Amino acid sequence: MVRYMTEIYGNPSSVHAFGRMARKGVEEARESVAALIGASPGEIIFTSGGTEADNLAIKGIAESLSHKGKHIVTSKVEHHAVLHTCEYLEKKGFSVTYLPVDKYGSVSASDVEAALRDDTILVSVMMANNEVGTIQPIAEIVQVAKSRGVLVHTDAVQAVGAVRIDVEELGVDLLSLSGHKIYGPKGVGALYVRKGVKILPVAHGGGHERGKRAGTENVPGIVGLGKAAELAKEEMDSSSEKIKHLRDKLIEGILSRIEHSRLNGHPTNRLPNNVNVSIEYVEGEAMLLSLDQQGVAASSGSACTSGSLEPSHVLTAMGLSHEVAHGSLRMTLGRQNTEEDVDYVLSVLPPIVERLRNMSPLGKRG
Amino acid sequence: MLHYLDNSATTRLLPEVSEAMCRTLNETFGNPSSLHPLGVSARALIEEARVKIASALSVNAQEVVFTSGGTESNNMAIFGVATLYAKRGRHIVTSAIEHPSVLEPLSRLASEGFEVDYVLPLRDGSVPADEVLNRIRKDTVLVTMMHVNNEVGSILPVDVVGRGLSDFLPRPVFHVDAVQSFGKYRIKPQEFGIDLLSASAHKIHGPKGTGFLYVRSGLEIPPYIRGGGQERGLRSGTENVHGIVGMAQAVSALGKWDFWGSVKPLRRKIEEGVMRIPGCSIIGPKQEGLYAPHILSLRIEGVRGEVLVRFLGAEGVCVSSGSACHTHRGGPSPVLSALGLKPKEAEEVIRVSLSIDNDESDADAFLSSLEKAVWRLRRVFRG
Repeated sequence: MVRYMTEIYGNPSSVHAFGRMARKGVEEARESVAALIGASPGEIIFTSGGTEADNLAIKGIAESLSHKGKHIVTSKVEHHAVLHTCEYLEKKGFSVTYLPVDKYGSVSASDVEAALRDDTILVSVMMANNEVGTIQPIAEIVQVAKSRGVLVHTDAVQAVGAVRIDVEELGVDLLSLSGHKIYGPKGVGALYVRKGVKILPVAHGGGHERGKRAGTENVPGIVGLGKAAELAKEEMDSSSEKIKHLRDKLIEGILSRIEHSRLNGHPTNRLPNNVNVSIEYVEGEAMLLSLDQQGVAASSGSACTSGSLEPSHVLTAMGLSHEVAHGSLRMTLGRQNTEEDVDYVLSVLPPIVERLRNMSPLGKRG
Repeated sequence: MLHYLDNSATTRLLPEVSEAMCRTLNETFGNPSSLHPLGVSARALIEEARVKIASALSVNAQEVVFTSGGTESNNMAIFGVATLYAKRGRHIVTSAIEHPSVLEPLSRLASEGFEVDYVLPLRDGSVPADEVLNRIRKDTVLVTMMHVNNEVGSILPVDVVGRGLSDFLPRPVFHVDAVQSFGKYRIKPQEFGIDLLSASAHKIHGPKGTGFLYVRSGLEIPPYIRGGGQERGLRSGTENVHGIVGMAQAVSALGKWDFWGSVKPLRRKIEEGVMRIPGCSIIGPKQEGLYAPHILSLRIEGVRGEVLVRFLGAEGVCVSSGSACHTHRGGPSPVLSALGLKPKEAEEVIRVSLSIDNDESDADAFLSSLEKAVWRLRRVFRG
């Protein structure tokens, strides 16, 4: 990134040497991103991030296929980038089915099948949930949708780089990913659009990204994403194993050391880096504050909804009561985390919970 | 040694900008929406940047919305106003020499039933304020105009138009694409009557992938990208923290330079030099105050601009033929056509754009390579 910030600073649309060098950086990155998900470079559109990719996928398909139908199927546990775009389309005359999930947060392919109508143009279900880590049965969902000729989009922002993804095997038509969730930079992401699938652009002007996304390319960001994709491809298997081991140790440690705690999300079919637990009779926010003081950076849900007092829409959809949802804690691990980090959390968290329960009117033993 | 004279396409990061960005990338990598210390410090950087940029425009920090760049800012402004006021009216006034990121959203709106009035420039590329104000009707909801044209450097009278709009009731919303002028000219949205203003970081020695839209408080345009509700809900998506930090740093850093003091003498030198080459002419306004000195559009008769750009490139001199944004589509630039140039004439135009990075050696290199190129290429073309 730094080289493309300070040395190769041309505009990729310029025809002079500086421009052409920048263009080369962008196209090499496109190859790396495509290789990570088994796509061809021509199927990758760079965006300013996962949120823009989700907006572009859903609005782009809605606009390009509105003559065929105005029904979209999604789930109740999607990221807000998907949910709020769907809600916007509802105001524009589309109808949207929000599928329920089971207690693990899984969407079932048979529910998708039952929701499909003659005017359904798109199914959008995330690859893996950002709050509870549950991996959705995308391949099955694709099968069901394909048999009815319906396109499938998946928000894979949390899954890319964490689990192996091959768009050919999965059969999805559109897939969103983000740079900063795979150790790349913020402000850059990509949308995979299967060759032959037509989407209408959201941003107009200048014809960049084959006319699908106007604006001078964020060259250093794109190059950073490309490098992160390359590294993810090389290191995913080994780092996922290590992270998964830490995850399981953390989950088991919490469940065995803290009474009235439970795991949220699927026990096995989950992202290798995601720990989400509900600890009853304590406020999640209070737990976070105490953890913060002990030097542990975690969250109570997704970062995007932090600070809001509403309980997580994901946990609510999974059937958790407001009280239990409020006592939830998300810890997401990365390559940089170690056994010591896990041991440290397991040593500080139980006393924090103990103290908070004693103080709180919610405290069982209060 | 490369002589980079294509500063309207993009600019080099100032050293203090790349330093600030690298520091942010490496140290403050938290998600600004996270409540833990890494998130809180990222949030603090964003809000500091917002204050810096707001003070450069003398506006309130909350009126600055960060975007992924100038194109997104223009799209957000135009589609936003169209959606907000579609019921009030469907007439839009603009100029015929806008950037594609304004013209293309407008043609999209035209296909949805909006009526768009394109004010033609005068022969020299200037756009008189009266011509714009005369088009305003009862159902005009938006006037969108660039401040400085990216291809020929015309300065459009945004202050006169902005003030003039107050005579109309209801007053149309005024959007200014200030991508080529922000950081170089003093712009005061409140004084000028500007409701929305787009800017981009990479034209002012800041990073690509970052820009902002000034949205006057009280103007409730709808969200452009939906999701987690960042940027007051107008533009969702995890903030590009290092980009935003870089943009603010570029604004403060550029403020310390005498931009025109270094650019104007170079322009004069290049102008004088090219006038000595037979068949060379300057496109765009000639009258002081009607053109921005950092953008110089030249027509070299008998030499195709694209060929010339490649020839100069081989000599280590980077300039452009038309704007970088037109290279995707081919065909003559709509701006040059609006100035009355025939397609063949428009193809003979190159653009030189200057910044604080440039010095006499760049101007000399350009002039001597140009002379060589013209001599060689004209001979080749004449067989």
